[in-house]
Amino acid sequence: MEELFGYRRENGRVGVRNHVVILPVDDISNAACEAVACHIEGTLALPHSYGRLQYGEDLDLHFRTMIGTGSNPNVAAAVVIGIEENWTKRVADDIAKTGKPVASFSIEGNGDLETVRRASWKAKEFVQWASELRREAVELKDLTVSIKCGESDTTTGLGSCPTVGTAVDQLVDEGASVFFGETSELTGGEHLIAERMATPELREKFEETYDAYVSGIESRGVDLLGSQPTQGNVAGGLSTIEEKALGNIEKTGTREVIGVLEPAEAPQDGPGLYFMDSSSAAAEHVTLMAAGGAVVHMFPTGQGNVVGNPILPVIKVTANPKTASSMAEHIDVDVSGLLSREITLPEAGELLMDNIRRTVNGRVTSAEALGHREFSMTRLYPSA
Amino acid sequence: MEVKMHKFLVHKKGDHVGVATSDIEAGEEVAGVYMDDDSTVEVASKGEIPLGHKIAVEECEPGGVVIEYGVQIGKAPEGLSVGDYVHTHNLKSARW
Repeated sequence: MEELFGYRRENGRVGVRNHVVILPVDDISNAACEAVACHIEGTLALPHSYGRLQYGEDLDLHFRTMIGTGSNPNVAAAVVIGIEENWTKRVADDIAKTGKPVASFSIEGNGDLETVRRASWKAKEFVQWASELRREAVELKDLTVSIKCGESDTTTGLGSCPTVGTAVDQLVDEGASVFFGETSELTGGEHLIAERMATPELREKFEETYDAYVSGIESRGVDLLGSQPTQGNVAGGLSTIEEKALGNIEKTGTREVIGVLEPAEAPQDGPGLYFMDSSSAAAEHVTLMAAGGAVVHMFPTGQGNVVGNPILPVIKVTANPKTASSMAEHIDVDVSGLLSREITLPEAGELLMDNIRRTVNGRVTSAEALGHREFSMTRLYPSA
Repeated sequence: MEVKMHKFLVHKKGDHVGVATSDIEAGEEVAGVYMDDDSTVEVASKGEIPLGHKIAVEECEPGGVVIEYGVQIGKAPEGLSVGDYVHTHNLKSARW
């Protein structure tokens, strides 16, 4: 079995990538961040659309996402740029609690050009420092892995999701942490997840979280018919949300669930399987999982979702033979042999585990090679 | 006996529907496999069923609950007969 090598960070957490990120606190700092990333090879700007006039829980989530992203073990060092000093320092100071190098720059009173000049000097220092970090031997138990499927069809429920479920069971048994979510997409099978909660308190917390998400949708006087399942799901043969949910749930494996997390929340209760309250939209979901600390993502797809993330390698798995051939450049693990029964589920699980090991060791995923860097904030309600 | 290559898979014994793993033509006699016990079933398809779409393997009465994965996936307002193409036209969510 292939030995694993990762980057052990200052706080003991293990990453599988070594990014130096240039993180805008708000939308209007994107230009400065992108200018720094343009100057300094090996840095990665993370532009996004929000961060101004948010308030309450929505603002908390924004900060949690920013801080979690910078704190992720796949990030070696972070340069934080924001319009105002206070919020910029707040994000930088919380990332700095991990022990990794962080610098913050605010634009107000300095202008873009001076900010870019100063931040570029720091970014260069960080990149050269990070370039000398070395991978060291790590184990599966050092990893936090996230899962979400997209552009699902019936082949995800038949093949790619059970394959991921096999890997999830194996990872949990080895002592790794695994996150799943997609709150509204559990509809029809939410009782199956509730039954797997480790304690009655967790079960209650999960049921409250699920009910709040779904009643939030209903309170708008609409339902999700036409959106969930999506047009792509229906084209792929999925008829109802219940059918989609049952396929989706296949990928969570069979182990008990030991925690219910807020969106972008990092777990505090040790290794195991966690549910994270989250949207089912691919880019938003993967962004939340990365902010919670996931370092590798397993992504089953049927009709061919192409999502990636700037800091979290996304491994695409499909059991749909048409997608495996028509969208081959997006697929990392082809388990379509499950449909023809040429391979067994344990064999498919091993194909995926092998790909995870290689990805941990530095293999570039298809989404990374194709430049998919979707960094999408989840919003809870409109800005003030 | 001739061993036919399966063209659909059924998650569990007792499910009303199987999922096509190859495109199925109308009128075709097709074989399926139950994934929980590897037993086989043969059905005459009543419609064209593309890969990934569903075929009924059990009768369902009008308004009855439709089972897949051993769990309810919706209701069939007009019912289902064996061999029917099953999708959004004859299978409706019980949730929304």
